[in-house]
Amino acid sequence: MSRRDHGWLRTLFAIALASVFALAFVACGETRDDEDDGGGGTAAEGEANPEAEIPEGLEVVSIPKQLGNPYEEIEHDGVKEAIEELGGSHRYEGPTDAGASSQVPLINAAAQQGVDALIIAANDPNAVCPALDQARQRDVAIVAMDSDTAPECRSIFINQASSEDIGDTQIEMVCEQIEGCEGEIAILSATPNATNQNTWIEFMEEELEENEKYANLELVEIAYGNDDDQKSFQETQGLLQAYPDLKGIIAPTTVGIAAAARYICGSPYEGKVVVTGLGTPNQMRKFVKSGCVEEFALWNPADVGYLAGHAAANLAAGRITGAEGETFEAGRLGEYEIGENGEVILGPPTRFNQDNIDDFDF
Amino acid sequence: MSAERAAAAPAPRRLSELARWEALIFLLIVGTMVLGSGLSDEFLTGDNFSFTSADMAEIALMALPLTLIVITAEIDLSVASILGLSSALMGELWVAGWPIEAIIPFCLLVGAVCGAFNAVLITRVGLPSLAVTIGTLTMYRGFALVVLGDAAVADFPESYTRYGFENVPGTIIPYPVALFGVLAIVFAVVLHKTKFGREIYAIGANQEAAFFSGVRVKRIKEILFVVSGIVAALAGVIMTLRLASARADYGTGFELTVVAAVVLGGVSIFGGKGSIVGVILALFLLGGIRSALTLGQISQEWVTIVTGALLIAAVLGPNLVQRAREARAHSRDRGRSARSGSLEHRPREKRGTDE
Repeated sequence: MSRRDHGWLRTLFAIALASVFALAFVACGETRDDEDDGGGGTAAEGEANPEAEIPEGLEVVSIPKQLGNPYEEIEHDGVKEAIEELGGSHRYEGPTDAGASSQVPLINAAAQQGVDALIIAANDPNAVCPALDQARQRDVAIVAMDSDTAPECRSIFINQASSEDIGDTQIEMVCEQIEGCEGEIAILSATPNATNQNTWIEFMEEELEENEKYANLELVEIAYGNDDDQKSFQETQGLLQAYPDLKGIIAPTTVGIAAAARYICGSPYEGKVVVTGLGTPNQMRKFVKSGCVEEFALWNPADVGYLAGHAAANLAAGRITGAEGETFEAGRLGEYEIGENGEVILGPPTRFNQDNIDDFDF
Repeated sequence: MSAERAAAAPAPRRLSELARWEALIFLLIVGTMVLGSGLSDEFLTGDNFSFTSADMAEIALMALPLTLIVITAEIDLSVASILGLSSALMGELWVAGWPIEAIIPFCLLVGAVCGAFNAVLITRVGLPSLAVTIGTLTMYRGFALVVLGDAAVADFPESYTRYGFENVPGTIIPYPVALFGVLAIVFAVVLHKTKFGREIYAIGANQEAAFFSGVRVKRIKEILFVVSGIVAALAGVIMTLRLASARADYGTGFELTVVAAVVLGGVSIFGGKGSIVGVILALFLLGGIRSALTLGQISQEWVTIVTGALLIAAVLGPNLVQRAREARAHSRDRGRSARSGSLEHRPREKRGTDE
């Protein structure tokens, strides 16, 4: 008995098997497709009909960048709130890693299941496009939130706030908190190539340069804590040692601001160096309560999701198509207008301080 | 037990073991099919086959040469990084104005060079392939990031990208999967039907014995690593087309899934055993599980947990069977000659004394 005979047998076996599978799939595929042809009717493209009803049994899937991110979970709770308000059902399904391609199977699955709308925070603006296009061909309404896809792959993008507002708000906060609004400041960012942070930092630099109000503020360094608690903590330490006259640190990242506050609050620097930036109320509550951090900002992620949920439902109903100038009702948030490139901006960032921090739990 | 029988035993046993393994994977696939169609009406559909298989195409392609490499008792962990480098190059050269017809051969050439570099370090310098390819895993990924950085190139014309995800007209088979089918047949024939294939098994079973029988061990390994590099680069081209954008970080972590498919396919990580059919079945199983759980709205964490558990079972299962068999053989032999007893232990120290 030689290996040779078995090799042939196995090869033949494989080919036979593959053909059987293929045939089985083809056979089933045909019947499924036949059934599917009757459905649809919730076109995202074409004419908008503001009078259209939200479809009964509205089904919405939202796909975060990655599972296990508490911030995204709050966002998607917001989606759920909106969809349930409208009598639909919502599902939250994410990949286990934030790789560029890992959302593709989930998009495909949602398209196959024939959901009415899909809300996505894209890991890569382009890699999800072929899959989203295929979903759209099956009448799935596509809304991006938080992290946009290429504009042609979705109908609406929910932007948490305009990047300019986010940059300007942080400079304004640091100016208000530093006595006399003068002295050296530093930025503690995420990774050197984080798109969001870099855009905001650009606007901060622009604002510092162009606005007379900030003529006496000097940005001395941009440090990168890589959104890693330990690294951000060490970078804070480094900044304070390198610049003994430092008056303020702006951390436009939730990990960075918490690490900076943890280092400074309770140290001799408390009261001398201002910490502000973007953070979550739960993370920052104790530092605000102790008076060490005066004020910081962030959009309300639940509202981002809530707005995305309403946009998705309106889109699925055909009330809007994502064209500039269309308006829609977003429940408790009121009416919103779709801007250029299908963008909808939630509003200016919310500022959190001793007066309001207890109203928020995220 | 006569010495004659002891010497003849290993080959048929290995074959029957393999057949049994393949049957087991096949049963698991059937189980997954039943489970999947129970979880979702969408599971047993042509669409799902198209989506899921396209999604597995890169991993499946890279599993083919890796199967041959693992059978020679080596490993190539740098494949996913070569994939990333190939994608990054494709993006950069496209931006530089090269035509696709020139970019693709160039990417494959770079893949071949990457594979050849691995091969030289392993065969000429004599370093272990595990260490070498862990090194080049980081190095090639580094090159990819140097080439394209954090950027993405996404303006490939649709006349090309459609080959990444569209089906061959009239079928449910996406182009990349059709390509995989063709290559799988080529690899299966080479491995199971040619002298070259038998030499691959011979190297894995006993490298020194193969060498003294006139097998050009180093040359064969070099060819395998170069082929692995080329196929990985091809997978990079396909992934770039499928996702209609080029990125340096594509395929990060894929090497583990590729190794998982190979090991689950019944290829022994100690070399000498395995078949292309087994690996194809394992790919079907992995894809099926992934798709069933995703369509069944079961969290993606479970997909990784189930895959991991299967992998452990794949390594542990044959090992336990082997031990049980040895224990049985040992007790049987105790009453007989001490000589055949020592022969029975041979499979465990595979590069041992039997040349």
